[in-house]
Amino acid sequence: MAKQPKPEELAKVDYTPPMTAWMDTPAVLKPGNFCNAAKEKSLQLLDMPNPRTWSAKDDDWKLPDNWKEIVLEGLRERLDKYRSLRVFMDICVRCGACADKCHFFIGTGDPKNMPVLRAELLRSIYRKEFTTAGKILGRFAGAREMSLDVLKEWWYYFFQCTECRRCSVFCPYGIDQAEITMVGRELLNLLGLNIDWIMGPASACYHKGNHLGLEPHTFKSSIEFFLDDIEEITGIRPEPTFNRKGAEILFVTPSGDVFADPGTYTCMGYLLLFHELGLDYTWSTYASEGGNFGFFTSMDVAQKLNYKIYAEAKRLGVKWILGGECGHMWRVLNQYMDTWNGPADFLEVPTSPITGTRFDAAKSTKMIHIAEFTADLMRHGKLKLDPSRNDNKILTWHDSCNTARGMGFFEEPRYVLKKVVNNFYEMPENTIREKTFCCGSGSGLNASENMDIRLKGGLPRANAVKYVNEKFGVNFVGNICAIDRAALTTSIDYWAPGVRVTGLHELVGNALVMEGEKKRTSDLRGEPLPGCEAEE
Amino acid sequence: MGTIDVKGKSYEIDEDGFLVNPEDWNMDVANYFAEVEGIDMTDAHWEVVNFLRDYFQQFNIAPMIKILVKEIGKKMGPDKGNTKYLYQLYPSGPAKQACKIAGLPKPTGCV
Repeated sequence: MAKQPKPEELAKVDYTPPMTAWMDTPAVLKPGNFCNAAKEKSLQLLDMPNPRTWSAKDDDWKLPDNWKEIVLEGLRERLDKYRSLRVFMDICVRCGACADKCHFFIGTGDPKNMPVLRAELLRSIYRKEFTTAGKILGRFAGAREMSLDVLKEWWYYFFQCTECRRCSVFCPYGIDQAEITMVGRELLNLLGLNIDWIMGPASACYHKGNHLGLEPHTFKSSIEFFLDDIEEITGIRPEPTFNRKGAEILFVTPSGDVFADPGTYTCMGYLLLFHELGLDYTWSTYASEGGNFGFFTSMDVAQKLNYKIYAEAKRLGVKWILGGECGHMWRVLNQYMDTWNGPADFLEVPTSPITGTRFDAAKSTKMIHIAEFTADLMRHGKLKLDPSRNDNKILTWHDSCNTARGMGFFEEPRYVLKKVVNNFYEMPENTIREKTFCCGSGSGLNASENMDIRLKGGLPRANAVKYVNEKFGVNFVGNICAIDRAALTTSIDYWAPGVRVTGLHELVGNALVMEGEKKRTSDLRGEPLPGCEAEE
Repeated sequence: MGTIDVKGKSYEIDEDGFLVNPEDWNMDVANYFAEVEGIDMTDAHWEVVNFLRDYFQQFNIAPMIKILVKEIGKKMGPDKGNTKYLYQLYPSGPAKQACKIAGLPKPTGCV
């Protein structure tokens, strides 16, 4: 991989469009801007079409002879199935409101990263094949023929969209660009054109229960490793259970929390909180993944991966499901799970055993987010908290795209963080809440071989972090998403070095005053608490 | 994807030069990767590689860095149980270089 340029160089974005019209400007696959191809083995494990060894760098992508027919038939099927897709194909008036809202456009200046033009890549084919005007007038009606160049252009740009939906907030019609990208990726998947960073985790999840491919004993040993650290720090050793039948609650979180820093500290926070509450809950080594990389592949694969959550809840006989800090997991759970794999009428409406609060908003899915669960505990004064333990942190909050725009989750995390952190500063208004900027690597694009585009796409978010870092001395950015925790760590370290990344429940775990704990001198990272620096 | 030839035997490697099939691993391959990475293997280097191999055999995945740090600290003494020490041994990062030499695949997902 080429050496990364300095931030000052990468931030010089050229917004001059090419001299040629977009249809006459072929996509050039630049190294660092696309991901490695999905492996044959991962495609086979999920029974996906056209498993083979291929590379986007080669001219020959080893497609079936009738690839064009497959793609157009696939598009026809989806137009019939999804009314929304047909509407999104027809109604755009090219007003341009979305054009400069995409982090990838801001970071690259490439017009095909304007959401309107990214959608046109697909619309132009739709017009040619499925509209009378396009069939007769061709290019004059914005239509073009499907070709190998078009297919490669789709592949390049549909894997340069993180399905974050910021553009949709500004679209006067509310066109959901994520759904267009999702359909684009589904069509590509009909030909075996996925990327390894998505297909690897998806097949591992299908095969072993989670994206990282942690086997049951590995999953358990990782949590036991945290317990050792927790015991060292607090003097308390929680006793979590695994695959326990008859538990009241099944807890499901992204496997990144179990096996990747800094998510692991958030995981320690969950363990501390549940112990303090005496919560009757269980982990599962079968439904050991909250996230769903199938969602970045196709609806079918997403449904397959999602299936195990309800199946495990049923097998264990729990009453309801609690979910951890993940982003896209919640778009899946909130908007798709019930229709894919529900109704989960064998479960009860989630009710907090501590406060008695019934979470009616989740009465059909039977699954709630830990931020709302914890916010409710705090609202009822059920937790003893010492926010001064986080006084060495000056925090800002990154709204994760899918929890923010996908489920309107703005207040719950803020309510929690204000109880556990004394120093908190918001980033500028047009970069938070529903207008939050993507981390730059969502929707399965957090690989390493595409670092150039990841950093460019991460610039708008990181720039806002840098702003509060310089203005208020912010040194931590919090979030409730495992991809954020992995991706921001890289992007912020590049654009705003010195600012670190934390999950919400890491902060909760630090501030939580537990019964019988010893005097804490270090935080969950093993770093000295404020005032204990000398003792270390 | 490609192949490397080491002592007359062919091995499949991925885009980042990692061994595709962990079961292909042997000392010849390890020494080859060490040479490619410009690492002069000492006992201390092997200690890390051996731990990675053992962990992988047991858990079928590369360990988190902090597990590696803790275990090396236990084995080699507390002054060695830190990332600084591991970076001294493997300047481009233990996850990248030591795992490559040990023939471990890179984990994928939210990492």
